[in-house]
Amino acid sequence: MQKNVQINELTLSELRYISTEVRKDVIKMLGKSKSGHPGGSLSVVDILVTLYYKIMKVDPKYPNWEDRDRLVLSKGHSCPALYSILARKGYFNVDQLTTLRQLGSILQGHPDMKRTPGIDASVGSLGQGLSVAVGLALGAKLKNKDYRVYAIIGDGEMQEGQIWEALMATIHYKLDNLTTILDYNKLQIDGTNNEVMSLGDVKSRIKAFGFDVYEINGHDFEEIYGALTTSLASQKPKFIIAHTIKGKGVSFMENKVEWHGKAPNDDQVIKALAELEGK
Amino acid sequence: MINMKSPRIAYGEALVDLGRIDENIVVLDADLAHATQTILFKEKFKDRFFNIGIAEQNMMGIAAGLSLSGFIPFASTFAIFGAGRAFEQIRNTICYPNLNVKIAVTHAGITVGEDGASHQAIEDISLMRSIPNMKVIVPCDAIETKKAVFAAAKINGPVYIRIARPVAPIITEENAEFKIGKAQILREGKDFTIFATGLMVEKAIEAANILYNAGIEATVVNVHTIKPLDEELIIEEAVKTGKVITIEEHSVIGGLGSAVAETLIGKVPIKMKILGIKDTFGQSGDPDLLLKHYGLTAENIVETVTEMLND
Repeated sequence: MQKNVQINELTLSELRYISTEVRKDVIKMLGKSKSGHPGGSLSVVDILVTLYYKIMKVDPKYPNWEDRDRLVLSKGHSCPALYSILARKGYFNVDQLTTLRQLGSILQGHPDMKRTPGIDASVGSLGQGLSVAVGLALGAKLKNKDYRVYAIIGDGEMQEGQIWEALMATIHYKLDNLTTILDYNKLQIDGTNNEVMSLGDVKSRIKAFGFDVYEINGHDFEEIYGALTTSLASQKPKFIIAHTIKGKGVSFMENKVEWHGKAPNDDQVIKALAELEGK
Repeated sequence: MINMKSPRIAYGEALVDLGRIDENIVVLDADLAHATQTILFKEKFKDRFFNIGIAEQNMMGIAAGLSLSGFIPFASTFAIFGAGRAFEQIRNTICYPNLNVKIAVTHAGITVGEDGASHQAIEDISLMRSIPNMKVIVPCDAIETKKAVFAAAKINGPVYIRIARPVAPIITEENAEFKIGKAQILREGKDFTIFATGLMVEKAIEAANILYNAGIEATVVNVHTIKPLDEELIIEEAVKTGKVITIEEHSVIGGLGSAVAETLIGKVPIKMKILGIKDTFGQSGDPDLLLKHYGLTAENIVETVTEMLND
C-alpha cells in the first residue's frame, strides 16, 4: 500500500530555513527542560533535516507504515533535534516539544518508540542502535521489502565495541539497504576524541571493513543530499563520514566540550535565539 | 525405567517444528549452534538462521531489529553470555520497548560441568527477572522445554528460557498442560512444601519419595515460570503445610527462592529455607559431583526438611 509520501522539492534556502527553526526549537526545549545535550543535537540537525525533508520515504499520518524508510538515531542523546523535525512534519503537535524530559512527556530524554510517534527504535544507550539498524535492514531483505534503513552514530560512540560488531555484520550480510552516517564533531563529554580515545583514521578503518565510504561536510546540504543519493546506486553497504561542528549555529557553543550535556540558562537561550534569528 | 533426553535437543527440535508452522520464526546464534542445538533449525531453514559470530551484544540488537521487522527471533547462546555479557542490550534494546524477542539460552547453572566457573551462569535468573517486561521460564525436562518454546512464541514480548546442558530424566507428561505463569503441582503432601525449578524438580521428586518412606508427606511444585510467578498457587501451597523450601541450580541470591520469599513475606507465617548455590562460584568437575559438592541433591533436601521439621 503506497501511502501519502511527500518528498518535497525544497530549495537549499528552504532547507536552511527549516534547519534554523529546528535549532531554535532545540535551544528552547533544552532551556525549558534545563537539561539535555545541545552540542550533539545541533551538530546533527542538517543531516536529519535532509533525511526527513528530502530523502526518506515516510508518512507522518501513518508512523508505523510497514514500507516506510527507518531511522535509528543511535546517538540517541541528540533526540531533541529529531523531536523537533517529527513535530514539524506532523507526527505530533509542536506544542509537545516544550514538555521534553518532563514527567509524563511523550518526549523522553532518549528516544522511546513506545511513547513518541515516528521513533523507529528505542535507543540511546551508546553502541546499541547500529545493531538494531542491521536487524531492520536484514529484516527488509528477508521480507523482500525495498525500504531503506538509516543509522546515525556518534564519534565517541565508535569507542563502543558493539559498533564494530555491527559494522562487521553489515558487510557480512551485504546490507546495501543500510546507510550509516557518522556525525563526526570530534568531541565527546570528557574532551576531544583524541584526548579520550583516539578513533584513528576512521575513513581507512571503515574502508578496510568493506564499506563504500563518503566523506562530506555535514552542514552542507548539497553534499549531504549528494552523498545520500549517489550512494543509492552502490551495491555495497554505505558509510558517510559527515564532518560537523558540535554546537553548530550558536557561536558560544560551537566546538566547546562543555556544551555536550549542559542546558543553556535563560540569558543564554535569548542570546542563542537572537544569533540563530540573525539579529 | 526412566526415559532420558537432552533438553537442548528438545529445544532444537521445537524450533524446527515451530519453523514449519510459522515462517516468521527466525533463529540467531553466537557461534554455539552445535551446543545450543539451533543447528537443527539451520539444517532445515538456512535462510532464517543467522550466525552472528562471537558477538552476543550485536546478536541481541539484530534480534531486536528483526522483531521490529515483524519476525519472531529466538536468540541463543550460553546463559552466561546471554544474560551476562548482553545484559544491558537485553534490558535497553529488547525489554524497554517490550520487543518480541525470545532469548533461549543453554548451559545454565553448574551442570555445565568441566568448563568451570567462567561458563557456569548462576546469576542469570536474578538478572533476567529484575528487568521489567521480561518473562523467565526454566523448564525441568525435554518435554517441558518444547512446550516452553511453543508457549513463548505464542505470546508477545520478551521471554528468557533457561535450558540446562545435561541429558535429563523425563519427569513431566506429554499431555500435561503448560501455561506460562502457572506452576504445576507434581505431588501433594500435608507435612511440607517443596518449590523447585529446572533440573532440581527431579531432585525434589526423589527427595519426596525418600521422605515418604520415612513417614513425611511432601508437596512438590514445579515452578517452571519464575516470572510471572504463580503467586496464588505458591501462597496456597505454602499455607497448607507452613513449611517451605525452594531449590534451584542458581545462586541463593535473587532466584526462585528470592521470588518465593518476596511473595510469601508478610502474607503468611511460614518457615522457609532457600537451597541453591551459596554466593560462591562453581568450578570444573563432573556435573553430578558438582551438584553434590554444592548441596543440590535429593539427600540435601531430605536433610533440610528433616531439620526444619525437628526444629
